[in-house]
Amino acid sequence: MTYQFDFSALWAFWPEFLQGAWLTLQLSAVSTVLGFVLGTLCAIGRSDGPPWVKFLVASYVEVIRNTPLLVQVFIVYFGIATLGIKVSANAAAVIALVVNVGAYTCEIVRAGLESVHKSQLEAADCLGLSKPQIYWHVIIRPAIERVYPALTSQYVLLMLASSITSQISAEELTAVANRIQSDTFRSFETYIVVGIIYLALSFVVRIALWLFGLVVFVRKRKLGTAL
Amino acid sequence: MPGFSLVHLEFLGWAAMWTLGLSAIAFVGGGLVGFAVALMRISPIRWVRYAAIAYIQVVQGTPLLILLFLIYFGIAIVGFQEVPALIAAGIGLTIYSSGFLAEIWRGCLQSVPKTQWEAAECLALTPWQRMTRVILPQAMRIATPPTVGFLVQIVKNTSLASVVGFVELAQAGKLINNSIFEPFTVFMVVAAIYFAICFPLSTWSRRLERKLNVSRR
Repeated sequence: MTYQFDFSALWAFWPEFLQGAWLTLQLSAVSTVLGFVLGTLCAIGRSDGPPWVKFLVASYVEVIRNTPLLVQVFIVYFGIATLGIKVSANAAAVIALVVNVGAYTCEIVRAGLESVHKSQLEAADCLGLSKPQIYWHVIIRPAIERVYPALTSQYVLLMLASSITSQISAEELTAVANRIQSDTFRSFETYIVVGIIYLALSFVVRIALWLFGLVVFVRKRKLGTAL
Repeated sequence: MPGFSLVHLEFLGWAAMWTLGLSAIAFVGGGLVGFAVALMRISPIRWVRYAAIAYIQVVQGTPLLILLFLIYFGIAIVGFQEVPALIAAGIGLTIYSSGFLAEIWRGCLQSVPKTQWEAAECLALTPWQRMTRVILPQAMRIATPPTVGFLVQIVKNTSLASVVGFVELAQAGKLINNSIFEPFTVFMVVAAIYFAICFPLSTWSRRLERKLNVSRR
């Protein structure tokens, strides 16, 4: 092996790496928030809605979970274009990621909703809580608190999966790497650097979500126990 | 311009075979490496355990796309020129699936009650006997549903092998789309084929899970 590693050529590109990483974080953050809302609504619909809603949500979840994100991204990006609507690569990327992560969130949150014990609902009913109150305090919040670790891993995976949107030239970290390596011909070094950035990002996302959990789930923080 | 025709469907079917082949390589290779890493992960020797943890963290913390690029360019650096895309994609997906399977199987190994490990030791079984006669038969029962579930992930992720020039289902769809430009039809058909492969697997995984939980209900 006579290959000489040369990372020096990459130094000049650090602002671009940074910008790519920033866009990756932005894409993931937006998709996480929207995907969480979509997924939670779907989970509620699937466990409590009328039969046709249940069927619709179940089909959505199965279709999304059994097809590759890459193909979903292509369908959104090229599909919308053939409908005559012009969307930027970034917007298409967000749409595809939201639709994708919504389905996974739905499954996770549904598991949480199902774990709420029936006696809890009866107790809430006896205490005279209204239906929305029961939903918010007794069902949704404890359910999400319980599945929060699973959601965290899912959203870290989402951040990593956002690299796939480089295939429709959304200008996130992987796309930046593809451009830099073709400019510098330092392909291996470029991808090592980007790999390390992704590792750091997944660490950052994990920590951020953990802190967010501490802030949001007061009861868990104070008692220090799982439900 | 000719539209989507049977010729294209035949091409997609042929590409689907490559998707299945690549999935099989990734599963077998990833299974072998992953099992070794899972054993390392629960080893009593500290540095072995830490090495396994580091490996899992790195594989799970970087996108598969980056991993594939690294393998693709890395192979050239090591001195092999003109490596078939199948090999590069196979290595990349093997590493990827080993990182996840190791973590899944570690959980399954550790979910075998501690008393079983202790009892085996009290009966003076060698570590090998303990693993093959006592722990694995019990762990494998627990491991089957999540492993089948992960197969779905492997099949879906072979779609990324297109970046190293491997023509599997997603890449075949892209090639067809480049010639007839009917992206919606083409990728819907591609998605349908993926669904036809993955849906039975996820259903099977779910059924296994239900079967396993009977005793706990």
